[in-house]
Amino acid sequence: MTNKAIIVEKLSKTFNGFKAVDEISFEVGRGEIFGFLGANGAGKTTAMKMLCGLSMPSSGKATVAGFDIYQENESIKKNIGYMSQKFSLYEDLTIRENIRFYAGIYGIRPDIIKTKTVQLLTQLSLEKEADQLVGQLPLGWKQKLAFSVAIFHDPQIVFLDEPTGGVDPITRRDFWNMIYDATAKGITVFVTTHYMDEAEYCDRVSIMVDGQIDALDTPGNLKRLYQAESMDQVFLQIARKAKRTE
Amino acid sequence: MEKYHSEQASIVVSSVSKSYTSGKTVVKALDNISFEVEKGSLFGLIGPDGAGKTTLFRILTSLLLFDKGKALVDGFDVISGYKEIRKRIGYMPGRFSLYADLTVQENLNFFASIFETTIDENYDLIKGIYAQIEPFKNRRAGKLSGGMKQKLALSCALIHRPSVLFLDEPTTGVDAVSRKEFWDMLKGLKNKGITILVSTPYMDEANLCDKVALIQSGSILNIDTPHNITHTFSKTIYRIKGRDMQALLLQARQWDFAEQVYPFGEYHHAVIRQQSTELHFPEGVEASRIHPGIEDVFIDLMRSHDQ
Repeated sequence: MTNKAIIVEKLSKTFNGFKAVDEISFEVGRGEIFGFLGANGAGKTTAMKMLCGLSMPSSGKATVAGFDIYQENESIKKNIGYMSQKFSLYEDLTIRENIRFYAGIYGIRPDIIKTKTVQLLTQLSLEKEADQLVGQLPLGWKQKLAFSVAIFHDPQIVFLDEPTGGVDPITRRDFWNMIYDATAKGITVFVTTHYMDEAEYCDRVSIMVDGQIDALDTPGNLKRLYQAESMDQVFLQIARKAKRTE
Repeated sequence: MEKYHSEQASIVVSSVSKSYTSGKTVVKALDNISFEVEKGSLFGLIGPDGAGKTTLFRILTSLLLFDKGKALVDGFDVISGYKEIRKRIGYMPGRFSLYADLTVQENLNFFASIFETTIDENYDLIKGIYAQIEPFKNRRAGKLSGGMKQKLALSCALIHRPSVLFLDEPTTGVDAVSRKEFWDMLKGLKNKGITILVSTPYMDEANLCDKVALIQSGSILNIDTPHNITHTFSKTIYRIKGRDMQALLLQARQWDFAEQVYPFGEYHHAVIRQQSTELHFPEGVEASRIHPGIEDVFIDLMRSHDQ
């Protein structure tokens, strides 16, 4: 058993000769919050799909939650959680139905689903709304609920793809509080965001440019290295080097 | 068609309300909203998803009827003068709304011909934006990247030389570099005399507007220049930093002189209680007084609005 949640070595993905992801290497420690940044089109989504076991790499090696991404991608899917801004919950199912649906997919026993659903609804103060359609909830609530559902099966790692896009500034902070609580339980967090203040909340941050990882360190070290006052300035310095027109 | 006399205001919104029924509940999308946008200015609607920004855009572009109030765009009433308004405005909705199976050039030609003009006639206006996607003019719009789609959508919204441009969350989900480029393009359009109403959930973009309305749950919390909004904010804010930021956050929330403490990037921000005179920060905590930003003001307004 290693203390690494994710190990990636020279991972590449080529589409018709186009190197979307070009030999990236990095490791993510257990319980770490890892920020995966990059400009639109830098290759983040492609890399994330490979790590989630949804897309086969062209070359390179990687293990996620201790499983090989070529041979054991079904095991990876069982041991990770995933949430994105674009797709998270079913709008025309109720809160309770969404929880039961996702928990069922992960094969959780019905009696455990029942107990944990009560806990979760209490934590989020959504007891009264439990039988409302998810589509009627404000976005901030939806995103908090989606995150709770993504870690309902106690995955080793949770992948969050722009989880706070468009969310109000208070809820955005509540959301990060939930991320900290998850890491306190030992869950590793792999997160993308366009909010550079959120990059500061990560233990370490990588910045992708044209398919490669151009920088990887703690936010503090990156700011020192690039002589920048904020992660926003670091990001602009690095991402402006991009030659790809997406 | 009656045209209202308006020397300075390009958009006038006066006591506009709009409710939707969703199931059994009534949702107030806009609750008695009023504001004016000066001709040739860049006006920002700053607020999260669900604040009512899109509803307001649909009303001002004459696509949605409302319950109460009055709205004028370029001197015309949005209800009785909708035909005039549609000739004079450009609208870029939040969701990509061009034809995915037409090419870049076909899309642009299509919109030009609907407005009885040609690409050549208005090329000077879109040149700075369109030139960047022109190398891909034979590519289908559906096959473009996000950033290129955005540039095409803006070109299409401009092809008939509108006097007022409506942009609904053009930078949502867009990376920091492309966001900066996009705002530079807006500045260029403003300099050509076009009035721009733009919405965004990114608080930092407020500073790029001449004037902003902070909007939340269908109500306007504040309207002013970004400078005035932050400089008339009466509360004192300190930024604090410690070795263990999580522990500091919990600790600071117990300080009796701190009204609110919340994370803010590398630091936490502590809003100081107004009657506090002496501030004793524990040893090892780095603390310095800062000018509040738009996001600080927004958070404060949200809290007092909810109470």
